Amino acid sequence: MSDAAAPPLLSVRDLKVHFDMRVGGIFSRRHLPLKAVDGVSFDLKAGETLGIVGESGCGKSTLGRAILRLIEPTGGRVVWLGQELSSLGAQAMRARRQDMQIIFQDPLASLNPRMTVGEIIAEPLSTFAPRLGREGKKARVKEMMAKVGLLPQMINRYPHEFSGGQCQRIGIARAMVLEPKLIVCDEPVSALDVSIRAQIVNLLMRLQQEFGLSLLFIGHDLSIVRHISHRIMVLYLGRVMEIADRESIYLRARHPYTQALISAVPIPDPDKERAKRRLVLQGDLPSPLAPPSGCVFRTRCPKATRLCAEEIPLLEEDGTGDLHRVACHHWRE
Amino acid sequence: MTAILDVRKLDTRFAAPDGEVHAVNDVSFHIDPGESVGVVGESGSGKTQIFLSIMGLLAKNGRVGGSVRYRGKEILGLPPRELNRIRGVTMSMIFQDPMTSLNPYLRISRQMTEVLVEHKGMHEAGARRRSIELLDRVGIPSAKARFDLYPHEFSGGMRQRVMIAMALLCEPDLLIADEPTTALDVTIQAQILELMADLKRDFGTAIIMITHDLGVVAGLCDRVMVMYAGRVVETGSVRDIFYRPQHPYTLGLLRSMPRIDKHGATQLTAIPGQPPNLQALPPGCVYQERCPFAFERCQADVPALRSIAAGEGPGKERAKACHLERLEEEVPA
Repeated sequence: MSDAAAPPLLSVRDLKVHFDMRVGGIFSRRHLPLKAVDGVSFDLKAGETLGIVGESGCGKSTLGRAILRLIEPTGGRVVWLGQELSSLGAQAMRARRQDMQIIFQDPLASLNPRMTVGEIIAEPLSTFAPRLGREGKKARVKEMMAKVGLLPQMINRYPHEFSGGQCQRIGIARAMVLEPKLIVCDEPVSALDVSIRAQIVNLLMRLQQEFGLSLLFIGHDLSIVRHISHRIMVLYLGRVMEIADRESIYLRARHPYTQALISAVPIPDPDKERAKRRLVLQGDLPSPLAPPSGCVFRTRCPKATRLCAEEIPLLEEDGTGDLHRVACHHWRE
Repeated sequence: MTAILDVRKLDTRFAAPDGEVHAVNDVSFHIDPGESVGVVGESGSGKTQIFLSIMGLLAKNGRVGGSVRYRGKEILGLPPRELNRIRGVTMSMIFQDPMTSLNPYLRISRQMTEVLVEHKGMHEAGARRRSIELLDRVGIPSAKARFDLYPHEFSGGMRQRVMIAMALLCEPDLLIADEPTTALDVTIQAQILELMADLKRDFGTAIIMITHDLGVVAGLCDRVMVMYAGRVVETGSVRDIFYRPQHPYTLGLLRSMPRIDKHGATQLTAIPGQPPNLQALPPGCVYQERCPFAFERCQADVPALRSIAAGEGPGKERAKACHLERLEEEVPA
């Protein structure tokens, strides 16, 4: 990891994505804001991986897309190397995009079935390096295929001829071909088989080392997120509950939600799994259209008090000095 | 003790336009009363098809051979009328996606009471009472008030609870659960797994847990059966499988999983390659292409599932389908 003094590659401040939802049937005129992302702030350094975890509906994918402006944020700032992205026009934004790429959860659905693997991986080059020429492009594509573990002679095949794991490699090659500085990984291994997941995780970690990439790794599987990330941010209903170093978050989780998430992950070790102290949360995620007042987690929180219903807890440092921040009124208890 | 379910040489094939798919290949196993058995495998390993074959729920192009005895009585190939006296009554199955197994047009009350009226000859009022009791038991809050709702009015976790309650209506002695938590968030998964452990303890229901997640098996199951490419490759007590795996595939799975309880970064040992094409299986062992221990014999002979010494002491079943005499590799503890 780079040292703490280095300026961040990416700075996100108070980012908000609110969707306007019509409620009460198709003829209703009642609208409610759905606060998918509600005031998220963090920094990402060069060469760093930030894991973003949370359950479905917590806004983790929306956050990833809003940073790349694939969804326009409703408020807040995204600062890329000192430049605010939301102020950029379409042309300037497109130019920035060669530094920031994304890979998706469903590997096959994110590849055009009518294009060959070579065409898919070369497409970003046509946009950003048109002067490369046919042979130059082909060479770059083959080189990248080899880097991600695909046989270069498969360049003329179509996506359906590949397995899920190989399709994800194609998606990674397409993202990597411009040698970006940042890749947003939106649950890249969730749809893959157990024996293939480790291959893709290892590949991403190797590429990061080789190219000094920064990764935003969005996931719901905490054991994988923990493995790949340097720092981890826990989201719940669009808000940051806790953000800290990987070790710090697992050894000293401060937020009751983080503690519950960690204890919910089954450990593949019968003795440990059966002896483990379990913290099972009651109930379901509340509707994001009517989030609880105060702390959004309070309806499922074993520590909730009246204060939690009245006041939104601020994200504050826990005082250990390692930038471990938590948003809970009761984390000291 | 007589087994509830005794499966011998089960063989399931599907006719496809481009050749036959051998989905289940010479699979034998049994389940004793009150026992919980984990069936572990990746997609395409045949783990689901075994139980669809047993339940008479195969797709139209499927053909099944072998023998399945339920409480001593052969049930393979029974006409649906006779099979209906067993399936859903004393042998129930729940699926990954509860939405596809519940009728979206019917209220939960109707779907539940129908089962009791049809199979148990209960009166409407009694059936209602019993159904609400069970919804209560599986942790549906204010079950009575929600009894007349439609499936879409429940959350994913609640729907899975409804499914489990439905499967329990006729007090089955065997519950087959096919990836019941895969579509759920981790905190909801923890709730459902806790519920299943309670059922096993309180009702003595035998449980078959079909899953790709070794963590789920570690907490719940007494015995484990590992599937690969339509075959059983290893079986044993849960502690034998996790602490003393004897098949290279089981070892590979355990080593490729990131562990949430492990501190510090470690390289995951991925299983190379990908599962074989079921339409063109190699001669010899199905795992040979990915196996780091493969030798000449593995290319020629199909290894039979043979008994080996159980680490848990005599009396415990233990078998593997591998030519290797002993696997002396350490599992990361």
